[in-house]
Amino acid sequence: MSRPEIDVRGLYKSFGQNRVLRGIDLEIGRGEVVCVIGPSGSGKSTLLRCVNLLEEPTEGRVFVGGTELTDPDVDIDAARRRIGMVFQQFNLFPHLTVTENLTLPQRRVLRRGKARAAKVAAENLARVGLSEKADAYPSSLSGGQQQRVAIARALAMGPEVMLFDEPTSALDPELVGDVLAVMRMLADEGMTMMVVTHEMTFAREVADRVVFMDGGVIVEDGTPDRVIKAPRHERTRHFLSRLLDPAMADVEEETSDQVGGGT
Amino acid sequence: MTDTGLDAPPRRKGLTRRRKRGLSRGAQYTVFVAAVIALAVTADWGRLGNQFAQTDIARRMFPDVITLALKNTVLFTVSGFVVGLALGMVIALMRLSSVGPYRWLAGIYIEIFRGLPALLIFIFIGVAVPLAFPGTEIVGGTYGKVALALGLVAAAYMAETIRAGIQAVPRGQMEAARSLGFSPARAMASVIVPQAFRIILPPLTNELVLLFKDSSLVLFLGVTLEERELSKYGRDLASQTANSTPILVAGLCYLLITIPLGFVVRRMEAKAQEAVR
Repeated sequence: MSRPEIDVRGLYKSFGQNRVLRGIDLEIGRGEVVCVIGPSGSGKSTLLRCVNLLEEPTEGRVFVGGTELTDPDVDIDAARRRIGMVFQQFNLFPHLTVTENLTLPQRRVLRRGKARAAKVAAENLARVGLSEKADAYPSSLSGGQQQRVAIARALAMGPEVMLFDEPTSALDPELVGDVLAVMRMLADEGMTMMVVTHEMTFAREVADRVVFMDGGVIVEDGTPDRVIKAPRHERTRHFLSRLLDPAMADVEEETSDQVGGGT
Repeated sequence: MTDTGLDAPPRRKGLTRRRKRGLSRGAQYTVFVAAVIALAVTADWGRLGNQFAQTDIARRMFPDVITLALKNTVLFTVSGFVVGLALGMVIALMRLSSVGPYRWLAGIYIEIFRGLPALLIFIFIGVAVPLAFPGTEIVGGTYGKVALALGLVAAAYMAETIRAGIQAVPRGQMEAARSLGFSPARAMASVIVPQAFRIILPPLTNELVLLFKDSSLVLFLGVTLEERELSKYGRDLASQTANSTPILVAGLCYLLITIPLGFVVRRMEAKAQEAVR
């Protein structure tokens, strides 16, 4: 097998006294789709943000496409062009139209010409099914549409890797499907994807691997069938049972979990 | 005391609330009407009209008061605003810099120029600088001096406004830009600053109104006839004719600009409010 597309080695991250990541090793191969799940505060979003160095790791090394991002001499802007990132809050540029959101980064960062950038923008809007919104402003779009534009904006840069930070968590439930459909399409096309999510159905059906994190470490890592259907660790079982059937979690259980999870 | 007390409200001996309100409003109207009557009776309307509303003197001021005085006022103001905006932008970015000395310098500048009267800055530029550096000539003559003096004062206020605007842009915008491969400087220029300016357009326009009024301080630089702006022009004509009508006309010319600008600011603020909702 060739080198992994994403390679995280011995990663630690602290915010002051708060040790969020405590030794993460993770490899993601080319074309692989990996879903990262875990309770809130488990460090899964921080891990994702360390992969494109939006958060500077306290210790450890991060390689993407063979380039070490944690090397202080690396051109981080150039490295980030190969990594698309999709945020929970979309983060579209509100002062620009949908098309301009897609063309501005191409023109300023990749130095593409006007016509070329417009063509790439139109192609990617078509991919996410939003061609008719090309001239709209983000504020006039639904959350689901905004998130699809955000995905198109990342794709227009021609990334080799896509990172998704809880892409559907800020959406109304009925809008989640459209965004997941776009992500599924990307996965089918062979994009290397790392997805922090709570969408278990998506993880089960689309992911090649599921990683369960808790307390800043990777607790389980395996195929969806293994991790979701037959978890080996008590913490994973606990998390999954509460996630898959929130109504079943009773107060007593939650208290004991908080004591256990806090250690 | 209160109506919501546990005990049954005692029967008030004094005035009811309704009666009190009526009396209070009545008293206020009485004072107002009395003041208007007193003014109307005591003022010497004939002399006031003579002093402030001489139509032939007013007529003689046109078109110079517009083509010369108002034009110069606008020119001074706009050049001061441009200098202030450019300098304010630099100082705001210095204030947000990760390099300590830049932050301190910007802080010191803001404290000094916010604390000094604009008049003092004008005297400084007009008198102190030529004395301290003989032979130096500020480019643009009077126009250059005014632009510099007004710009120095405005920059301090604008720097704080711009900084606040930049900080009001959500953090996610910078993160999104960086993750797309923008360098920090380019992200600032193409993503953050354009949004910041949308936020600070109303306070910046207010600053323009303030500068418009401060441009009258050019009086203390000593100007040629051709460089006179509204205040100087009005004052000169008032002493020439021994009549105050020119002052009134000059004043009206200021309001001609400031009132519409104020209206624009309120419109922008209302629109911004709507956008937030």
